[in-house]
Amino acid sequence: MPDSATLEAVNIDQDEGAFSYPEDYKHDAGTGLNEGTLDYISDIKKEADWLREFRKKALKVFNDKPMPTHWASDDLENIIFQNIRYYLAKGGAPTRNWDEVPDDVKETFERLGIPEKERKFLAGVEAQFDSEAAYSNVKEALSKEGVIFVNSTEGLREHPELFRKWFGKVIPTGDNKFSALNSAVFSGGSFIYVPPGVKVKHPLQAYFRINAENFGQFERTLIIVDEGAEVTYMEGCTAPKFETATLHSAVVELVAMKDAKIQYITVQNWSNNVFNLVTKRGLAHENAEIRWIDCNIGSRLTMKYPGVIMKGRKARGEVISIALANDGQHQDTGAKMIHAADETTSNVVAKSISVGTGVSTYRGQVHIPKHLKGCKNNTECDALLINSTSKTDTYPAITVKGNEHSTQHEASVSQVSEDQIFYMKQRGLSEGEAMSLSVNGFVNDLVREFPMEYSVELKRLIDMEMEDSVG
Amino acid sequence: MSNSLKIENLHASVEDTEILKGLSLEIPKGEVHAIMGPNGSGKSTLSKVIAGHEDYAVSGGTVHMDGEDLLALEIDERSRAGFFLAFQYPHEIPGVSNANFLRAARQARLPKGEEIDAVAFYKEMYAKMDELGMDRKFTARSVNDGFSGGEKKRNEILQMMMLDPKYAILDETDSGLDIDALKIVAQGVNSMRSPERGFLVITHYQRLLDYIVPDVVHVMHDGKIVKTGGKDLALELEEKGYDWVTEELAVA
Repeated sequence: MPDSATLEAVNIDQDEGAFSYPEDYKHDAGTGLNEGTLDYISDIKKEADWLREFRKKALKVFNDKPMPTHWASDDLENIIFQNIRYYLAKGGAPTRNWDEVPDDVKETFERLGIPEKERKFLAGVEAQFDSEAAYSNVKEALSKEGVIFVNSTEGLREHPELFRKWFGKVIPTGDNKFSALNSAVFSGGSFIYVPPGVKVKHPLQAYFRINAENFGQFERTLIIVDEGAEVTYMEGCTAPKFETATLHSAVVELVAMKDAKIQYITVQNWSNNVFNLVTKRGLAHENAEIRWIDCNIGSRLTMKYPGVIMKGRKARGEVISIALANDGQHQDTGAKMIHAADETTSNVVAKSISVGTGVSTYRGQVHIPKHLKGCKNNTECDALLINSTSKTDTYPAITVKGNEHSTQHEASVSQVSEDQIFYMKQRGLSEGEAMSLSVNGFVNDLVREFPMEYSVELKRLIDMEMEDSVG
Repeated sequence: MSNSLKIENLHASVEDTEILKGLSLEIPKGEVHAIMGPNGSGKSTLSKVIAGHEDYAVSGGTVHMDGEDLLALEIDERSRAGFFLAFQYPHEIPGVSNANFLRAARQARLPKGEEIDAVAFYKEMYAKMDELGMDRKFTARSVNDGFSGGEKKRNEILQMMMLDPKYAILDETDSGLDIDALKIVAQGVNSMRSPERGFLVITHYQRLLDYIVPDVVHVMHDGKIVKTGGKDLALELEEKGYDWVTEELAVA
C-alpha cells in the first residue's frame, strides 16, 4: 500500500468517478444517428466541405459494415445505436483558465484531481467533458518552442495543412466498424504537433469525462512528432455509472517521423456500463519509436488493440498492456505489430487478470512479410485467474514469412493458489490485502513502466478492485 | 488467564479422514517444546490446523493462546494475535519483494491510519538479515521466488524475527538445510528464546535439537502425543528409532 502522503498527492480512487452533474447543454444533436446528426455537428464546428463529405462517407461505411461478432463478443449486439446521443456540448471554445470553466465542469475535474496534477507534473492538459474540451492549456515555454496541443476542432481549423496530411492516414475510415463510426461523428480529442528536435520533458495529459446518460463519446486524437522530437502523452477517463449503456469509441493516430519518440499512456477506468471500442495505431518512420502503455481496468466491454506500423528502417514498436476484468467485464485487448521495413523491432508484453466472472482476451497480430530482413518480435502474454469462474483466452496470430527474422512468443496462465493466500494470511494480511499484493506482484514489472504518479494510482486501483472482489 | 499455548483433545480431519485424534499439549511461555514422530503421524497437520488452514476441519477440542480461543479467529487474526508458523514448504509470491511483503505484514499490525516508520523498519530488517547471514539483495527479490531450500528457511526465520510472535511453530525447519545453514537458523531461533515466547519445533530428526535444545520433547504417533519427556528423549529416539515407541505402545 502506498503511504497516505502519496495517496493524498495522487488523490484518485476508483469510486471517485462515480458522480455526475445535472445536464445543462447548449448543443444537443438529439438521439439517434443519421446524416442530420453529422450536419448538426459540422454546423456547430463550422467545418469545411471536405470534412462534411468525409463524415458522410464514413457514415455510409459504418452502416455497410457488419458488427464483427463473427470473431468478437456477442455483447456488441446490445449497443443500440439509435438510442445514443452523439453530440452534447455547452458551447464555447475551451478556455486556458480553470476559473473560466463552467462551475459543474470545473468541479468535476477538481474532484478528479486534474488541475492539481497539472500544477505538479504536467506540461499541458486538455480536459474533455462529453463532446468538447472545456479546458486546454500548454505551458508557455512549450508553445514558444512551437509545440501545439489543442483539441481536434481547433487543430483542424488552425493547422489544416498539418492535420489533413495525416488525418485518417494511419487509421483509414474503413479500418473497422467503429473507426468508421468515429470518423462520422468525431468531436474532441487532442491534436499535438512537436517540431523537429523538441523533446517535451513532462507529459501532456488529456482527461476524458462522460457526464451524460445514453451518450457516446467519440474523440479523435492525432499526434505528430517531427524528426528527432519526443513526447509522452497520457490519457485518463472516467464516467458515472448509469442504468443504460454508454459508448466510447475513439480513434487515435500517431505519427513519429524519423528518429522521433512517442510514448502514449492510457489508464482506462470507465464505469462498467461503458462499451469502450477504440482504434489506436501509430506510424513509425525510420529509427522512430512508438510505445503504447495501455491499462484497462474499467468498462463493460473493451476492444482495443494498439498497433504500430513500422514503416522506416530500424523503427521500433512496443505495447505494454495490463487488463483487469472483474465481474461482468470483458477486457478484449492486445496489440498489432506490422513490420514494413528492414531491421524493425517490436515488443509486446501483456498481462491480464480475471476476477470473479471477468473475462480477459488477448489478441495479438504480428506481421512480418517475406521480402524484409532482420526483423524482430517478442511477444509475452500472461494471464492470472483469481477465481474458478474467471476466464481468459489467447489468440496470437503471428505471420512471419522469410527466414531472416527472429521471433519469440511466450504465453502463460497462472492462478493465485489457495496455499499462497494461506501463506500470506498466516503473516497477518487479510484476504483482500493478500489478493492485492499477489495481483500487484503479477503486474509489478509492467506497472514500473508507467510514470511514478500513474503507477501509484494503478496500484491503488488494483488494490480497490481486489479488496472489493473478496468482499 | 493462562500463559501458554494450550491444545486440548484436538480432533481434525481432512476430506473425512481423521488425522488428529485427541491431541493434547501445553507450551508454557518461555519454553521450547519439540514434537518428533514418524512420517504420517500428523505433525504437519497439527501446525496447519493451529494456523487455521481451510482444508482441515476441526471436529473437537480446543486451542487457547494465553487464554484466547484461537480456533474462533480467522487465519490472519491468529497471526496478528501473535501466532507464527514457519512453513515446511514456504510459498513463492512472484513480483512481491521480500521487503514489501514484510512491510505489509508489519503494517497489518498497526491500527488503521497509522503508518509504518520506513527508516526504522529497514534498519531493523537489515540488522536481522545480518544476523541470519542473508545478503541485502534478498530485500528486493520476490518472496521465496527462486530461493534455494536453505534460503527459504532462513527467510522464514527472518519473517519470524520481524513479526515478533508470542508463539511460533517451526514445521520441519531443518529439512533441506545443510549443517551450516542449520546452525544459523538455530542461532536465529535461540536468539529469540525468551520468557515471553513459546516455541514448538516439529522435526523428524534429532539433529536440529542439538542446536535448538528443547525443554520438553513429545512423541507423536497416529494423531496423538504418545510420550513426553526431557531432551534426552530425543536422543533415545534417535538411537532406538520410532519403532521403539510404537512397539511400547502395542505392549501397553
